[in-house]
Amino acid sequence: MAGDFPRGQTAIAGIATYGVGECPGHTTMEMAAKAGLLALADAGMPLSQVDGLFICLPDDVLAGLSFAEYLGLSPRFTDCNRTGGSAFLSHVATAATMLAAGYIDTALIAYGSNQRSGGGKLSTPVGSNVWEAPYRPLFPASSYALAASRHFHEFGTTRRQLAEVAVAARAWANGNPEAFATGPLTIDDVLAARMLSSPLSVKDCCLVTDGAAAIVMTRTDRARDGAKPLVPVLGAAAATWHNAISQMPDLTTTAASESGGRAYAMAGVGPSDVDVVELYDAFTINTILFLEDLGFCPKGEGGRFVENGGIAPGGHLPVNTNGGGLSCCHPGMYGLFTIVEAVRQIRGEAANQIPGVDIALAHGNGGTLSSQATVILGSAATL
Amino acid sequence: MTEAAPQAQWRAALAEGRFLLQRARGSGTIFFPPRLAEPRSGDTDWEWIEASGMGTVHAVTVIHPRPPEPPRAVVLVDLDEEVRLMSEVEGVPAEEITIGLRVRARIGERDGAPILLFQAA
Repeated sequence: MAGDFPRGQTAIAGIATYGVGECPGHTTMEMAAKAGLLALADAGMPLSQVDGLFICLPDDVLAGLSFAEYLGLSPRFTDCNRTGGSAFLSHVATAATMLAAGYIDTALIAYGSNQRSGGGKLSTPVGSNVWEAPYRPLFPASSYALAASRHFHEFGTTRRQLAEVAVAARAWANGNPEAFATGPLTIDDVLAARMLSSPLSVKDCCLVTDGAAAIVMTRTDRARDGAKPLVPVLGAAAATWHNAISQMPDLTTTAASESGGRAYAMAGVGPSDVDVVELYDAFTINTILFLEDLGFCPKGEGGRFVENGGIAPGGHLPVNTNGGGLSCCHPGMYGLFTIVEAVRQIRGEAANQIPGVDIALAHGNGGTLSSQATVILGSAATL
Repeated sequence: MTEAAPQAQWRAALAEGRFLLQRARGSGTIFFPPRLAEPRSGDTDWEWIEASGMGTVHAVTVIHPRPPEPPRAVVLVDLDEEVRLMSEVEGVPAEEITIGLRVRARIGERDGAPILLFQAA
């Protein structure tokens, strides 16, 4: 049961990023507002048209209210959903259904974080729960490390295979002027990096950067008149199975297997139809888990799938073509950047442009592999 | 007057040296952490049972703090009652704690509070 979804009836009309990497001297609000204004300009739409607001800021649980006040908006619907870094992909599901129903006409989804300039540490109001905190896991790295330990145990996945993910991300980043971490990175570099929480070294972990992003959504009939190529939303689905890693039903299967399955059904496509894949790679194990759970390879085969540059430029599947959270940017909640890169690929304006992209998949992860959300976008040809 | 909620009851028992789990009377399912109702069914007809204390290491990570603080392992333990929880294994070097290791629960003390820990069985 996929659930009803208005396939192709809504579209992403504008996108923007701002302050990716380092953005000193800016508040999170200033960054998100700038990205929002740039996304509206990209769509050729005035600020006054925004009547649905979807936002997360790391330092403001009522960010939607603050953001509306800041830009002088009076949205008919405001959503400060907090499902972690997947929140923005959930926002797309909410916005698409509300737009198609005519409840709202123009949705702005925005995010901004100054965590690198602001403190240099992962900026999150989230931590271990009372049942885990006494054992002092590194939050969230140890949670992902525990899942990786099971993947190693059950499927023979290796640190070298995890390193392939980091090396591929860096190779894509090296072709992306917006990426924060560039330069050579080898498998041996990753293997020799300081161990953080085994089997994850510091090079298996995402960056700590600043960055803001925003997208504008509207109904497809209105987006047809837009300034940029139409990018319809073909499917968007979310699934939450747990929060703490100790309560994850199966450490090697994420709720992406549910959100992905439903998103594919909505879109009427399958993994083999997807031209480019943008996954929330907070840690190298994420990419492997999501490639499996989203059907790009069988369960347990993710390690072998990424070997020999399988997801690097020139490999058999283009994954995280902007460099991902591992090498492009990770301001704390990376989800919205997966959508921006997917839209750029469909429009034909990505830094590492893949030829002829008609279907792009963006996938967000929240919590500790807890909350998963999948968005499938298409070109006008897919309508 | 209402009696203490499940989380407080569990903590009070731990302070008395008892490691408790909940069991739904209807399904027989045992669950942890303490809840008001059985997950999924929402059944509020449950009882406290004493945990066997026996379990198996299901997953392990070794955290490497900056020296001189030594590496330390954090584990997920599958209790024989088919309940999973996070903990530590005492008395075994961090790098020697492996998935499948049989462990036994012990109630220790940390920062003045009781804490559930494990030792090699």
